[in-house]
Amino acid sequence: MSRTITHPIEVSGLVKTFGSTRALDGLDLCVRTGEVHGFLGPNGAGKSTTIRILLALLRADAGEVRLFGGDPWRDAVRLHRRVAYVPGDVDLWPNLTGGQAIDLLARLRGGLDRARRERLCDRFDLDTSKKGRAYSKGNRQKVALVAALASDAELLILDEPTAGLDPLMEAVFQECIAEAKAEGRTVLLSSHILAQVERLCDRVSIVRQGKVVESGALSEMRHLTRTTIEAETERPVTGLGELPGVHNVHGGDRQVRFDIDGEYIGIVIPRLAEFGLRALISQPPTLEQLFLRHYGDELADNGVPAGPETDRASARDGEVS
Amino acid sequence: MTAVTDAPTVAARGRGGGGSTLTGTGTLVRVMLRRDRIRIPVWLFALTLGTVGTASNLVTTYDTPAGRQSRADLVDSPAGIAFSGPGHGLDDYTYGAMLANEILGFVAIFVALMSVLLFTRHTRTEEEAGRAELVRAGVVGRHAPLTAALIVVGGANVALGLLMTLFLGGSGIESITWKSSLLFGASLTAVGLVFTAVAALTAQVTEYGRGAAGMAGAAIGVAYMLRAAGDMTAGALSWLSPIGWAQVTKVYVDDRWWPLLLAPAVTVILLAAAFVVTGRRDVGAGLMSSRSGPRTAEGFLGTALGSALRLHRANLFWWAVSMAVLGGSYGAFAGDVEEAIGDNEAMREWVATLPGGDLTERFLSVIVMMMATVVGVYVVLGLLKPRTEETSGRAEPLLATALSRTRWLACHLAVVLGGSVVVLLLTGVVTGFVASFTVDDPGLTVRMAGAALLYAPATWVVAGVVIALFGLAPRAIGLAWSVVVYAVVVTTFGGLLRFPDWMNDLSPFGHVPRLPGDEPSWAPLLILTAISAVLIAAGLAGFHRRDLTVR
Repeated sequence: MSRTITHPIEVSGLVKTFGSTRALDGLDLCVRTGEVHGFLGPNGAGKSTTIRILLALLRADAGEVRLFGGDPWRDAVRLHRRVAYVPGDVDLWPNLTGGQAIDLLARLRGGLDRARRERLCDRFDLDTSKKGRAYSKGNRQKVALVAALASDAELLILDEPTAGLDPLMEAVFQECIAEAKAEGRTVLLSSHILAQVERLCDRVSIVRQGKVVESGALSEMRHLTRTTIEAETERPVTGLGELPGVHNVHGGDRQVRFDIDGEYIGIVIPRLAEFGLRALISQPPTLEQLFLRHYGDELADNGVPAGPETDRASARDGEVS
Repeated sequence: MTAVTDAPTVAARGRGGGGSTLTGTGTLVRVMLRRDRIRIPVWLFALTLGTVGTASNLVTTYDTPAGRQSRADLVDSPAGIAFSGPGHGLDDYTYGAMLANEILGFVAIFVALMSVLLFTRHTRTEEEAGRAELVRAGVVGRHAPLTAALIVVGGANVALGLLMTLFLGGSGIESITWKSSLLFGASLTAVGLVFTAVAALTAQVTEYGRGAAGMAGAAIGVAYMLRAAGDMTAGALSWLSPIGWAQVTKVYVDDRWWPLLLAPAVTVILLAAAFVVTGRRDVGAGLMSSRSGPRTAEGFLGTALGSALRLHRANLFWWAVSMAVLGGSYGAFAGDVEEAIGDNEAMREWVATLPGGDLTERFLSVIVMMMATVVGVYVVLGLLKPRTEETSGRAEPLLATALSRTRWLACHLAVVLGGSVVVLLLTGVVTGFVASFTVDDPGLTVRMAGAALLYAPATWVVAGVVIALFGLAPRAIGLAWSVVVYAVVVTTFGGLLRFPDWMNDLSPFGHVPRLPGDEPSWAPLLILTAISAVLIAAGLAGFHRRDLTVR
């Protein structure tokens, strides 16, 4: 409470169990005002459970949860006026039209901007006169999206909001989020579409088995992880494997590819120059690589060969030859 | 699966090499039978054992010819005929004649319902869910799904006819012969087949399973009303009703087979229409395209109470109409009670224990109580709605708005409690209004309205039980049914079968003063109201504290 700045979402040590399963196991999350925060993790990692606790749909077993500095369970109604929510799997009332559902949700929140609602329906190409049971999954999702985006909520909580949307609508969605950000709204975007997160999010939290295993700005995370370097030289490069911070060396005749820890780049590049550097491509890690780093062992359990191990083996072969 | 793998060969051998529109029917039949391996047997045995059980019950209840004749008098009134059947063989009212007059029509309704529900389940519901698309994309002919459903549901109806014949023929009850039992079974099969064909047609008309079943269900209702009207006026209307055809066979009395010939004729025509339509339309489409509605929600709908009312509206309307019709029928019967019960020993002894002056008053007080327990069924059904909203995930976005849990649940509760008062009042008014003519007592309308309203606190207790379970033990919410079912059973049979008093006292409805016969007393009503308030408060508090059930 000594903190001076209150962030829209502050969670620490959050625990939630369902029977014998521990869905959340000491989760920490902080979303700052005005940012788009990516909430990444595979199904069952605890993303939706966290969101539902933030919305007081579920009750926390232990830990501290603050929404705009308040207790989401005790002040649910007051806090919900400042929040708009899109669930991952939207079910609509079979005999209400999509338009009626949008208005109902918006009015119960405290009203909506009618002009913005019309614009959004146009952009998402949504026919609001259809009955709920006649909508496809993607269109049900659009109904919930329009209801949320047409509001003037300060915080948008979106739980895999674009499941079932086509690429065109995905593009419209990304535009809308960019606009929301420009208006100064805060967004918590749970997703497993990495390209979407990479494009939209300022900061990212990666969840695994009920815990956040990595959190921070994408640029920082990139800096802390390995960059892939591809170099073309006049003479074959030797002795690269002994340098600090170098991993996964793939050697060809005059081509070399390796990963390097961010802080060692300055040592390695002059070394490459000694072999007559002709071309250099430096690739920062993709979000997918960041993500897979935390899930490599799980992939291995599922029979997918884990990248680093095999790479290292082949790298050694390359050096011997 | 074999039929599917064989299909290319079958298709290649088909006329013109284009394949048959029935390819894959065999496989689909097996899939449907596998899905219904419990459902169909339950329907068949419940209907058969229910019928045979009722027949043997009749034997124990009416063990003398005089007793049976008094029963015949009860049936031989306009109201009695409207209710059950045309009243053949009333001069010598055998057990067989009882079965034909009073039971056949009702069993026929259930057989029709079975046919409609099973058929819709395998056709339109499959299309709506998108599973039919998956099936039709395989090596499956255009007409195969409809044909397969027809074979399965038609087969169930034939099996039902045979089971009825076997169980009734083998029951050894006097006057229930094998030959007549075969006709009894065949009549039910005939009704079932006609409504199978009706469902085959309605499944082509709308895009939704519920809509298709609802339209076919309405056809059953019309058939019942046509036969009621036809039998009361001894006119031709009964001949427009498949249920009427089953009854004019005069089974166990004259055993006429020929009226049943109408059934296959109509069935064939309806099926032909269904097959033509299904061959021409798109998968998933209906003849009637889905209606669109308003693009915006105006005024009241945008509020918590308005949206709750909207969700309950159709349900409440149909309950009000049905209860009014039921009340009106009982009201019409009130004038005949005196002579009908007159010489029935068991009934007279029971009625003597009831409060009130004349027989009509006592009868009406029992009827009001019975109908009030049925309103209890409405209360349970209505208050299961919030639970459905919760488990379907529709409550989740609502409760993520500035709508509190307590307010959300209280709105549903207010609609259902208000609805139960409206339905009770309407039931009482209609019963009393109709009865005021048949027994010539103009004051009955108001007195019956009051009598019915007194049961409101009892229905609130039922509501309290549902809400308490919803808040404290949502997974066990189905237990709420036990309260109403218990109340219905005790009220309906308790008096006649002489249940001990404490059994009556366990039902909330048992504590309500039985007007118009009884004297009104307020203490029990206040206590019932207090109990319901406590239960509701506990339920609201529990819901405020628990996790929402999420998907």
